[in-house]
Order: sequence, then structure tokens, then C-alpha cells
Amino acid sequence: MASDNKHYVQFVKVQKSYDGEILVVKELNLDIERGEFLTMLGPSGSGKTTCLMMLAGFETATHGEIVLDGEPINNVPPHKRNIGMVFQNYALFPHMTVAENLAFPLEVRNMGKPEIEKRVSDVLNLVQLGEFGNRRPAQLSGGQQQRVAVARSLVFEPKLILMDEPLGALDKQLREQMQYEIKHIHDNLGVTSVYVTHDQSEALTMSNRIAVFNDGVIQQLASPEALYEEPDNAFVAQFIGENNTLVGDIKEASNGVCKVEVNGIVIDALPVNIGAVGGKSTLSLRPERVTVAPEPGSCPNIVDANVEELIYLGDHIRTRISVLGHDDFIVKVPNSSSHAQLKPGHPVKVGWHARDCRALDAPAAA
Amino acid sequence: MAQAATAIEQDVMVTVDGTPLKVSLARSLRRNKLKALLLVLPLFLFILVTFFIPIVDMLFRSVENQIVGTVLHRTVPLLAQWDERSGELPDETLFAALAEDFKEATAAKTSGRVGRRLNYEKPGFSGLFRKTGRKVKTIEPPYREAFIKIDKKWGDLDIWRLIKRESAAFTIAYYVSAMDLSYGDSNEIIRKDENNRIYLKLFWRTLWMSLFITFMCLVLAYPISYLLSTLSVATSNLLLILVLLPFWTSLLVRTSAWIALLQQEGIINDLLVWVGVVANDDRLQMIHNRTGTIVAMIHILLPFMVLPLYSVMKTIPPSYLRAARSLGANQFTAFVRVYMPNTVSGIGAGCILVFILAIGYYITPALVGGQSGTLISNFIAHHMSISLNWGLAAALGSILLAVVLVLYFVYDKIVGIDNMKLG
Repeated sequence: MASDNKHYVQFVKVQKSYDGEILVVKELNLDIERGEFLTMLGPSGSGKTTCLMMLAGFETATHGEIVLDGEPINNVPPHKRNIGMVFQNYALFPHMTVAENLAFPLEVRNMGKPEIEKRVSDVLNLVQLGEFGNRRPAQLSGGQQQRVAVARSLVFEPKLILMDEPLGALDKQLREQMQYEIKHIHDNLGVTSVYVTHDQSEALTMSNRIAVFNDGVIQQLASPEALYEEPDNAFVAQFIGENNTLVGDIKEASNGVCKVEVNGIVIDALPVNIGAVGGKSTLSLRPERVTVAPEPGSCPNIVDANVEELIYLGDHIRTRISVLGHDDFIVKVPNSSSHAQLKPGHPVKVGWHARDCRALDAPAAA
Repeated sequence: MAQAATAIEQDVMVTVDGTPLKVSLARSLRRNKLKALLLVLPLFLFILVTFFIPIVDMLFRSVENQIVGTVLHRTVPLLAQWDERSGELPDETLFAALAEDFKEATAAKTSGRVGRRLNYEKPGFSGLFRKTGRKVKTIEPPYREAFIKIDKKWGDLDIWRLIKRESAAFTIAYYVSAMDLSYGDSNEIIRKDENNRIYLKLFWRTLWMSLFITFMCLVLAYPISYLLSTLSVATSNLLLILVLLPFWTSLLVRTSAWIALLQQEGIINDLLVWVGVVANDDRLQMIHNRTGTIVAMIHILLPFMVLPLYSVMKTIPPSYLRAARSLGANQFTAFVRVYMPNTVSGIGAGCILVFILAIGYYITPALVGGQSGTLISNFIAHHMSISLNWGLAAALGSILLAVVLVLYFVYDKIVGIDNMKLG
């Protein structure tokens, strides 16, 4: 099979079941580009880690084929796949020093001593740990251990790097710093990376593309912008960022606009993923796209609402209002003079554009 | 210097009311320390009275030798002046003193004890002292001739040399015989001849059998522990119960079970005969010899190896092996270079535990050991309860203790005792 850059890693109709009864991964088709940073994002139990483990070779695919650089790797044992992996708790070997940890993958490849030393010192400098080679992992801080783990997965120049929630054990500030560091290393080396996380902000910060997993299926595969701005379905809209949902009946759909009746009022929306007229639809609306007290006629949807709660967050005011029978509708009001008119219990008018209100699939039966 | 001292005094941290911080801290912690001490005290006293003091007493017995000097208190000072190399018997005054000592000792019924003590060094002393004790009441001067008339041995220079040697308050004689050595004609220390050497052979046998048993336990326990640590909790608990099951049965029952299994009319031999591997009149001798001891002891000591290994292996995350594999190591390399080094603490703990238990094991070798499978502890027990030579038993025990301490020291140098993890 010839390899090309667009299809560097391929999952072809991959299915995985642990017990022969439930499919953890249901027919996965995924192409990863060479040099891409792809994130598998999803709640726990969505099948994302299983996919990563199948790629690494620690789980076998029940059905389907996994291809790396033109070679099917289903039957290649993990140590021959040449895939670097960063584990959740780093899995640094505690009985070896940092330098010995980094030399390990080179030693098992029977590399010469001078070459090993050079590579180890290069990669230590890459992660800014030049002087820590003789320390034991336990003598390093969490962030430093994390960098060693990344360095170890890079030092043997693997075809692919897998990262399984590598930042989960770090505190928030360090996690954000490490996100940038990993991103920079990826930008500098251009090594294809697959990253698994359940943290959406991490995914948005680092990735070229994000595959949102739920229930063993990729719900949407898109760039961070597209995922946030143009979610394909209710799950993605709900999972990525903050989101208001209004459930209603589809009345009419034509020419890029559809009308959905919510609680007796017809709303203009952008049809994205809807069924036939008469069916149900979930309307998705980002909190920052809602205007408070709009000029009459400035947007097609203007409805009456009632302010329930105000939460002061510095740069903006989070406002919970009840509208169209939903009392958990959130509006982000920028911290300017305009928020003065909002008071809990008072009526207010809110409006939005049809293009910001995406009509998606019907909510789950529950 | 003085200036520095003042500076330090000035730097002492004080609490708000001016007491030095350290004093205040010590005061606040005193209650807890007292409480901790009270919790430890009963056990400490128990161990002191029932364990520590008896051991010190036993060690003391291995060199203690006051009986000769106390009972023959007139003879011994005179004996010090006697020149054993002169080739002549001690003079009349000494024999007179001996007669006095003997009369006193017979009245106090202590002459037999001296005889028994000296009998450890040379058989015949017990009889000599009993005989002399009976006849000494009617003894008349000249004493030398009278004593020789009672028993010719009193005219033997060797007897006198021995009494002189063992007349001091402390002796190394027990250690000398525990090391298979003896005294030559002029009291120099020589090796016993081949046929009379027992203890060194026994020490050596105890050592290598304990090492072998430890090694076999490790070989058998390692895979089991690995399996236990990788299985699901429910299954591993069940298996762990099976490992611990022997603990719930009495040691005697387990050893007897091995007799039933291994004896010549036992289950294994029956089976082998039935299969046709062994002829009926040529059944294997598997018990009451070394094989029996080794088999039974491995079985009994195995849990002591499994438990520390298991508890260490359980703490090793499976991601280590996965990481090693993803880094390019095959299964074998990953196991040897990444997994095994992380189990060293468990191996160390298990080996020390099994080895120390094995080196002092007594019941099992006594029951199934026969001739070739007895260990040094069986001989210590023999001297404690049958020959009543407590001094020799104490000397053997002390040597065993010293050997264990030396091995412990070597272990500490090689592996490091801090690396040991018992769970």
C-alpha cells in the first residue's frame, strides 16, 4: 500500500469489543495527516483511549485495519511499531536516572554509545532539562517529569507520538504552560501526534484537528474553530464550550433558513443537521452570541425573557435568564455600562441572528 | 567564638511570652511522646523479660565456666603454680587441698556437677568424680598415693592438664568443640580427625540447604506473585487465599502430610509403581532424608516469599511494561530491565525472611530429615534437652547468630537493607 501524507495513519472500519457483547468502538474510520496534531476528545468511556491503545498495539482491533505510513500494523507487536507514547502518569522508570530513561529506547535499538549520549543530551536540551540527567525521576517536579516523558517518547525519532492524557496529574497553571510547551515541540519537530484528553480547552489550545468521541463513534472531526463555531450535532455543541439549547418542532425548512417553534414562538435558525418537517430539533446558541435589549429590527429573533441570576466574573457578567420555557439560558454580557439595566426578576428582551442559532439533531430520547 | 555564641543566643526564636520556641515545642509534644511510650511499654517489657534476657543468658552460658573454680576452690589456686610441662604430678599439698575440696563438695553434693562439666571435655570424668566422691570420706595421707589408689587416672598428667585448663571462670572450650576443634597434648588447638567432625559439616549443610530452599522459593514464588498482581482483584484474592491456606493448618499436620505423600508406601511412590516408572521393590526414598527436608521446607516457607513479592509487584503500575514495550523493548527485555529491577525490594525482603526462617528451622527437619536432612538447630535442641550440654548448645547458637549477622551485613552492603519492603 502506498503511503501518502494525507493518509499517514488510517483507521479502516475499526471495531473493538472487550466482552463480545458491547462494542466500545463502533466502526471507526479516521485518517491522520503526516505532521498533524490530532486530539481525540470525549468523555470517559467514549472509546478514545481504546483507539489510542489499538494504535499503540496494547489492544487488538476486533475488526478492521489500522495502517501506519502505508503498512498495516494490526499484527505488528508494540515494540516494532516505532511509536512513542507518553502515559498518563508518565511511566518513567524509577530505578533509572533521567538520562538512563532517555537512553533506554536507544539501547534496546543497539545504538552506539557516543550516538546515544549525543541524542540524550540533545533531547534534554530540547525540553530544557540539560542539568537534570543524573537525577532520579522521583527527584523531579511533576512538570519536569512530564517533560522527561515527552523527551523519552521523542528521542528515538518515532513515526508517531501518542499522548494519553499526559497533563491530567498537573495543576491548572502548570497544565496550561505544558500545553504550550508540547505545542511548541510539535511545531518545531513536525512529528505526527495523537493526543487523548477529556479536557476541551486543552484540545482547543493544542490541536490542528479534534475528533470528538462519544459512545464509540466520532461525532465530529474538525479544526478547533469549526468545532466551536459550527458543531454538527447536539452532543458536540454541548461538549465543546458553553452552549444554550432550546428544543422545538421543525415547522419549515428551505434555502438555508428553517423555522422552529419553541414554546409557541417561531425562531429562525440555520439548518445544519435536521430531520423532516414536523420532527424535533435542538437549537444551539453560544452565550456570547446573544444580544441583550437589541434595537428592534436589528435581528430576526427577538424574544421576551426574565432575568433570574447575575454572576459577576470581572470581564463579563454571566446572566441566567428564563426564555421560551427554558430557565437555564445563559447570556454573557460584556462588562460595560449596558449591564446596569439587568436586575434579577426584571423582564428584558434578548435577540440573536439566525446564523448563530444552529438547528441540530433531535435530543436523545431521555 | 564568644561573640558568635552570643549572636546565636540572640537569634533563638521565642514565643510571644518569651519562652524559647524549642522549649515550648518540646513541652507541647511531651504528652504525645509519653503516650507513645506507654503504648510501647508492655511489649517492650515482655520482649525484654521473655526474649532478650534469656538470649543474653544463653550467650553468656557459652563462655561461662565457674563451677570448677568454685567447687575446687582450694585446689585451683595451687594448680596455677603447677608447671604442666615439668612431666611431674602436682605435689602433696595440692592433693591435700583436693581431698579437702572433695570432702566439702561431697557434703554439698556438687562434686558430680564438676565431673559432668569436665566430662564434656573428656569422657570418663563423670565416673572418676563419682567414684572419688564415694571414697574420699575415708582418705588418709599421703594423699597423692591415696588418690591414685582410688583411681589410676589421678596419676595421669592429661587429667591434671585438663583440670588446670578448665579452672578459669570463663572458657572457650565450648566454641572449640563447636568448631570441630580439640586440644592437643600441650593444650594447643588442633582440628579433630575427619571422623569426629560433625558441626562444621552441619553448619555448612544448614547454610547451603537454606540458600537452596530460599532460591527454590524465589523461583516458585516469582511467577505466582506476578500472576497474582496482574489478575483482577476478585480472582487474585481467591488465589491469595489458596496461598495462605497452609498457614491455617498446623505445621505438624503439614509435615505429616508430606510423610504420607513421600514415604515408600506413600501416594507418590504408589502412583509411580502403578504407572510403571518405578519397580515395586525399588521404591524411591523421598522422606527421612535431605530430599524430604527440602521439599517440605520449600512448601512451608513458600508463603513467606509470595507475600512480600506480591505486595511489591502490586504497586508496580502496568504502564511501566507498556512504556518499555512502546520504547522498543521486546517482552523479555522489558521484563528483565524494567519490571525486575523494581521488584528487588520484594525479592530482598522475601529472601531474608525465608532464609532466616530456614536456617533456624527445627520441627520439619526433625520429623522428615532422617540422617542426611538434619540441620544445626536439631543438634542445638539435642544438646539442650538430651545431652544437657547447654554450654555447647549456646556456643552453636551463638555461631549461628554470628553467621546470620554476617550474611545480613553482606546483604546490606550488596542490596541495601533500606531497599527491603515487607508490604
